[in-house]
Amino acid sequence: MMSEHAALQLRGLTKRFDRTAVDALDLNVRAGEFYALVGPNGAGKTTTLRMVAGLLRPDAGSIAIFGIDARRDPAAAKQVMAWISDEPMIYDKLTPLEYLEFVAGLWGIDPVVARSSAHDLLVSLGLEAHLNQRCEGFSKGMRQKVALAGALVHDPRLIILDEPLTGLDAVSARHVKGLLADRVRNGDTVIMTTHILEVAERMADRIGVIAAGRLVAEGTLAELRQESGRADFSLEELFIALVDLEATAA
Amino acid sequence: MTSATALSWFARHELRLAWREWLAMMTGGRRRRTRAAVIGLILFAAMLHLPAWAVIGRFSDLRAPLDQDSLIIMTATIFLAWALILSQAIESVTRVFYARADLDLIMSSPTRLAEIFSVRIAAIALSVTAMALLFATPFVDVLVFEGGARWLSAFGVVVAAGLSAAAVAIAITIMLFRLIGPARTRLVAQILAAIIGAGFVIALQIAAIVSYGTLSRFAILTSDTASTLAPGAASMVWWPARAATGDAATLLPLLSASLVLLGVVMAVFSPRFADTAINASAYTVSTARSSRARAFRKASRQQALRRKEFILLWRDPWLISQTLMQLLYLVPPALLLWRSFADSAAAIVLVTPVIVMAAGQLAGGLAWLTISGEDAADLVASAPLSPAQVIRAKIEVVLIAIGAIFAPLVAALALAAPWHATVTAGGIVVAATSATAIQLWFRVQARRSQFRSRQTSSRLATFAEAFCSIGWAATAVLLLTIPMAATISALMTSAILAAAWKLRPAAG
Repeated sequence: MMSEHAALQLRGLTKRFDRTAVDALDLNVRAGEFYALVGPNGAGKTTTLRMVAGLLRPDAGSIAIFGIDARRDPAAAKQVMAWISDEPMIYDKLTPLEYLEFVAGLWGIDPVVARSSAHDLLVSLGLEAHLNQRCEGFSKGMRQKVALAGALVHDPRLIILDEPLTGLDAVSARHVKGLLADRVRNGDTVIMTTHILEVAERMADRIGVIAAGRLVAEGTLAELRQESGRADFSLEELFIALVDLEATAA
Repeated sequence: MTSATALSWFARHELRLAWREWLAMMTGGRRRRTRAAVIGLILFAAMLHLPAWAVIGRFSDLRAPLDQDSLIIMTATIFLAWALILSQAIESVTRVFYARADLDLIMSSPTRLAEIFSVRIAAIALSVTAMALLFATPFVDVLVFEGGARWLSAFGVVVAAGLSAAAVAIAITIMLFRLIGPARTRLVAQILAAIIGAGFVIALQIAAIVSYGTLSRFAILTSDTASTLAPGAASMVWWPARAATGDAATLLPLLSASLVLLGVVMAVFSPRFADTAINASAYTVSTARSSRARAFRKASRQQALRRKEFILLWRDPWLISQTLMQLLYLVPPALLLWRSFADSAAAIVLVTPVIVMAAGQLAGGLAWLTISGEDAADLVASAPLSPAQVIRAKIEVVLIAIGAIFAPLVAALALAAPWHATVTAGGIVVAATSATAIQLWFRVQARRSQFRSRQTSSRLATFAEAFCSIGWAATAVLLLTIPMAATISALMTSAILAAAWKLRPAAG
């Protein structure tokens, strides 16, 4: 039954600070797809996803995650999703295994299952030699990997990532991309914001372009090209054209 | 740029940084508050003259030649002040090594590092001395006002104390780096700073309790034993005391000696300062401790949160040093309690306020670390728990930790005086709950490493927490001695708590 619902459905989502950051946004992400949200700095990408993850309270609108009303039942919605920000959220004084044990405890995962899953995840991310070392000496890339393992240890059906590749070296970035691709192949949904348009172009099933808090274009790369009438454009060229158009209209 | 020009430029840069760090500490990082902070500081300094007068006013008539009791008391007081300055200086030096973000820039520049770091050492000495002068001024003012201009030389003694304490702090910290490495130095330096600051007073109190059954350190300083052990009147030990009363013949050598000491430290340690700084900045990537792998434990979501908080508290260097300091402060009353078993001394009543106040202070720090100092705030907020469940688990951690630390003392007290123990237990619960509530009302999202600057985020919370701890300690001791007065004290403390609640910032 649950799989009939969209992984994420936003209707009229609005957030104002000193200006309108997200402006009556409507968005649908299908279950099992890799969705990339791109846009210029300050377009409202992170604000949107922080509202979805329950970190910010919307001023208006609705959020449904696999049919669960996230504003009415946030705990149930959070149970099936994971959030990873560009700044790794880990504890310096915990080891990666202790951190994953904590995350698994928060999501109420069976400890035997979680222990095995945690070990496999950390090994697959190349952290085998650091399983029992405290995170305080880790590089940004290692910390990002630990945070990613933490997000995946409770086996979320919807994974939301805000600039997950920032600061990662080429090998680490490849590890992360591989892991996300595996998740999508297994039927999970990934929503990712990124400034690296090549990644969006290569990995995403669909791409949403957001500017001034509104979705200005959405579709596969082919659909975006068709819509703009520029069949030979790369995503970068399409993005610049769309954002320029939006800025002119504003 | 010539070497001299470069050095004077760097000195200006250091002083500007020190000034802005201090200003940020006083204003909570808000530049608009600068004028208010300066006015507040002047008012605070003016108000400090009142307690200074109460403490030191009666000594203003002292003049050379001083009798032995006066020499001992003055020397002990100056040594205590020096120990406190040294404690602050160790903190400052450690902060320079671990917190300054400009080390890479300085060390990659084409300047002579030994010279540059000499300036930095001088800047540390200057800021430590300036801080010592700031706090000493009300006391010296009172002495000058009551006893005459000859007491102005006490400022010279403060300067000598500041310079020598800074020199000793730099030597201690760099030697610690050499002996135990950068990873352990940070923790050991924090613990040393805590112990040095409190250690001397506590040692005197312990000696007074063991010998005379009282907490008063004057009992030991004015005792026959102290007189017998004290060196002769011509000893250099008395120089600081004699210099403070206006003896220029001792003040000048004292100032010269402290300057020479600082010069020697600069000459010896400036070249090593760079190595030490490199090691300190590199230590975060080179040292990671390992622990044994084990199975994950079954736990509810709240239990998982509580366990995480307990692990982090257990591994927190600040908490270790603070708990050690609180426990050190509890040693004298505990000793007094132990003696009371033998002779049922009425002095046992002094145990209660010390314990209650320590519980309030420690609970405030623990509450900040667990509630505000959440390094993975987004993770916890995106977990399937309600905010109320998260807060409840964190508060439980604070109260359990306070219970574990203070229960043995209350149990010991119960054996000697059950009613005292009941009142003390009640005081601990109320003081800890008040401090936790204040931290909850004034919570901010911060990293645990920002603990040092927690007081700057809300002056109101800091004062409310301190006054509540003092208020509940007073209420507890009054309940044991003058119950009617306890009611008034409890009402006043409740009013402070209510005012803090009323003035809490709006929830975000």
